[in-house]
Amino acid sequence: MPVITYREAIRHALAEELERDANVVVLGEEVAQFNGAYKVTEGLLAKFGPKRIVDTPISEAGFIGMGVGASMLGIRPVMELMFWSFYSVAFDQILNNAANVRYMSGGLINCPIVIRGPANGGTNVGATHSHTPENVLANHPGVKVVVPSTPADAKGLLKSAIRDNDPVFFLENTILYGDKGEVPEGEHLIPLGLADVKRAGTDLTIVTYGRSVLHSLAAADLLQKEHDISAEVVDLRTIRPLDIDTVLKSVAKTHRVLIVEEQKPFASVGSQLAFMIQREGFDELDAPIHRLTTVDAPAIYSPPVEVEQLPNPQRVLKAALELMA
Amino acid sequence: MTKKPSATADKKADDSVSSASPSSRAAINQQLGKETRIDLFRTMMRIRRFEERSLRAYQAKKIGGFLHLYIGQEAVAVGCCSLMGKNDHVITAYRDHGHAIAVGMGVNELMAELYGKATGCSKGKGGSMHYFAPDRNFWGGHGIVGGQIPLGTGLAYALKYKGLKGAAMAFMGDGAVNQGAVHEAYNLAALWQLPVVFVIENNGYSMGTSQERSSAGDLAKRAEGYNMAWGTCDGHDIYDVRAVMDKFLRLAREESKPAVVEIRTYRYRGHSVADPDNTYRAKSEIEEYRRTKDPIQVFQNTLVAEGVLDDALIAQIDQAARAEADAAADFAEASPFPTPDDIQKDVYWEADHPAERKSQGRLFFD
Repeated sequence: MPVITYREAIRHALAEELERDANVVVLGEEVAQFNGAYKVTEGLLAKFGPKRIVDTPISEAGFIGMGVGASMLGIRPVMELMFWSFYSVAFDQILNNAANVRYMSGGLINCPIVIRGPANGGTNVGATHSHTPENVLANHPGVKVVVPSTPADAKGLLKSAIRDNDPVFFLENTILYGDKGEVPEGEHLIPLGLADVKRAGTDLTIVTYGRSVLHSLAAADLLQKEHDISAEVVDLRTIRPLDIDTVLKSVAKTHRVLIVEEQKPFASVGSQLAFMIQREGFDELDAPIHRLTTVDAPAIYSPPVEVEQLPNPQRVLKAALELMA
Repeated sequence: MTKKPSATADKKADDSVSSASPSSRAAINQQLGKETRIDLFRTMMRIRRFEERSLRAYQAKKIGGFLHLYIGQEAVAVGCCSLMGKNDHVITAYRDHGHAIAVGMGVNELMAELYGKATGCSKGKGGSMHYFAPDRNFWGGHGIVGGQIPLGTGLAYALKYKGLKGAAMAFMGDGAVNQGAVHEAYNLAALWQLPVVFVIENNGYSMGTSQERSSAGDLAKRAEGYNMAWGTCDGHDIYDVRAVMDKFLRLAREESKPAVVEIRTYRYRGHSVADPDNTYRAKSEIEEYRRTKDPIQVFQNTLVAEGVLDDALIAQIDQAARAEADAAADFAEASPFPTPDDIQKDVYWEADHPAERKSQGRLFFD
C-alpha cells in the first residue's frame, strides 16, 4: 500500500471525487494558482482547470454563502477555509444557512456542501488563528463534523463527506499535513460516524480525535513501557454523528476513561462525551471520568509555552497516571 | 349598498392617484394580453388580502413570533416574479409573503405555515420568515438581514456552472445594503460575472431607522464601485418595475452580467406587527402614500383607463381574494399541528432516508 502524506491523501480524495462527479467544485482562497496555502490542492488546477478549481477573494462570508446557495441547486462545493479560525466571519452562512435550510424548508432543500481546512493550535500563530471549533459546529443539528487523525482516515472520510447529502465540516490539521501513512489507492471510503480503536488495551480508555490521537498513542507507549499500564486509544474520527457505542464498548472493558482533546474545556466535545459515558456507562466506571484539554486561555504565542498549553504526550501521561492513581 | 371597490380597503378611492405610466409603453408591458394584466392585478390583490387576513389572525393570537407584512409593496414582488422564466430563481429576506404568492405558492399552505401547522409549506418548521418552494424556484424566506444575498449569488453561480441561461433575483430591504455579506456578494458577482440581479426593495425604513439615518449615498449607485450596472424604478408602478427589471434580467440571462436595482416602495405597516410604528414616521406620511401611490390603486386606475378593468370585475377580483384568504385561514385553523415526533424530522437528509444512510453513529443527542 502506498505511503503518502496526510496532505496528499486529502488531495487524492479531492481529485478522485472531482473525477467522479462533474458537480464537485473546489473553491477557496489560494486553492488554484497558488496551489493551496498549505499545498493541499497542489496540481489540481493544472489537472481540472479553472472551472473546477476556483480561487476566491478573501471573503469568507461571501464565498461560503455562495457555496451554500450553489449547493441548494445541486452543485457539490468543497470549500477550503485557509484556517477554520476564519469561520467566525462566515458564521451566519455556515450555521444559520447551511445548518438550518433543510429544516426551515420542511425538508425541501438540501445543502450538500463540504467546508474543509485546518483547525489547530501549535503553530505559534496566536489566538486568532488557533481555534478548534468542532464543539461549536457540532452543537448545530443538521451538520456533520469530521476530524481525521491519519492520512488513510483523511482520504476515506473526505470522500464520504463529499458524497454526503448533508453539510459536512471537515477539520484538518496543519501539523499533520506532512505526516505519512499507508493509504489505499482508489476507492477508499470510511463511513462518517465510525470510531476506530487505534490501539487495543485493557486498563484505561483514552477517547480522543484529531492530532490528540497521536499524543495519546505516544503516551500509551510510555504508560506501557514505564508503568506497565495498558491503554486503549479510541479515535472518534467523526464528532457528529458520534460513535458512542465503540466508546462504551471500550469502557466496559477498561472501566476507566480519559478524554483527550485539543479543546478549551468549557462546553467542549469532551463535556458531551463525559455526560454520555456517565449516563450510559455509569455502572462500568471504576473512577470518575478524567479529561485533558487545552489550558483554558486564548492560544499563547510563545512557542515553547504553547506546547505546554496544548495536549502533548507528557500531559496525557500525567493525566492518565492521575486517573489510575 | 355596494362600496366602491378600492385596494386601500375602507379608504376612499382618490381620483388624484396617478395612472399614467411611461413604462406602460415598454415592449415587455405592451406585449401583455388583457388576461395577463388582470392576472397581475389579481395577484397583487391576493397578496394584500392575504396579508390583511394574516394580520387579523395575528391579532387573534393564532400566529406566533413575528409577522412582517408586505402591504404597500405588492407591485415589486408581482412585477419582478412575473418576468420569471424556467431558469430564473428568487430568494428574499423575511418579508417574504408577497414573493411566495407571486411565484405561485398556494395561500393555504402559506397561511397554515403562519399558524404553525403540519400542512404549512415548511410543515410548521419555518414560520413567516422562512417560506420556501424549490419547485417554483423560490429559495426563501431568510431571517438574517442580508444573509440571503450570498445564497442568491450562489444560485447564479450554479446557473452559470451548469451552463443554463437564467438569472437569480436576490431581494433585500434597504436596511440590508450596509451588511458586509451583501458587499462580499456584490464583489463575487461582479468579479465572476454571475447572472444575478440584486433587488433592493427600498421602503424607506430599516425597521425604525430611516434611510437617511442609516445609509450614506445612493443605494443602487454603490454598484458602480463594483463595475456593476444599476438602475432604479418606481415600486408603486408595476409597469415600471417590469420595464426596468426586464432590462437587467436580460442582461443577466443573455450576457451573464450582474446588476443592482433599487425599487422605491413603501410599507404601510410597521416593520413587523409588533412594531407600534409611532416613533419614527408620521401617520400623515403613511396616509399620503396610501392616498396617492398605492400600487394596487395605481394599477387599478391604469387598467380601468386601458379598458381592461371595470368596477364589476374589480369587485369580483377583490371578493375572490378576500374569500381565498378567509378560506386559507379556515384551512389553517382546521389543520393539525405537527407533533413532538416531527421535531427531529427534516434535520438531516440521512436521518430522513434511513435506507440510504451511509454514515453510522448518533445524529441526535437527547
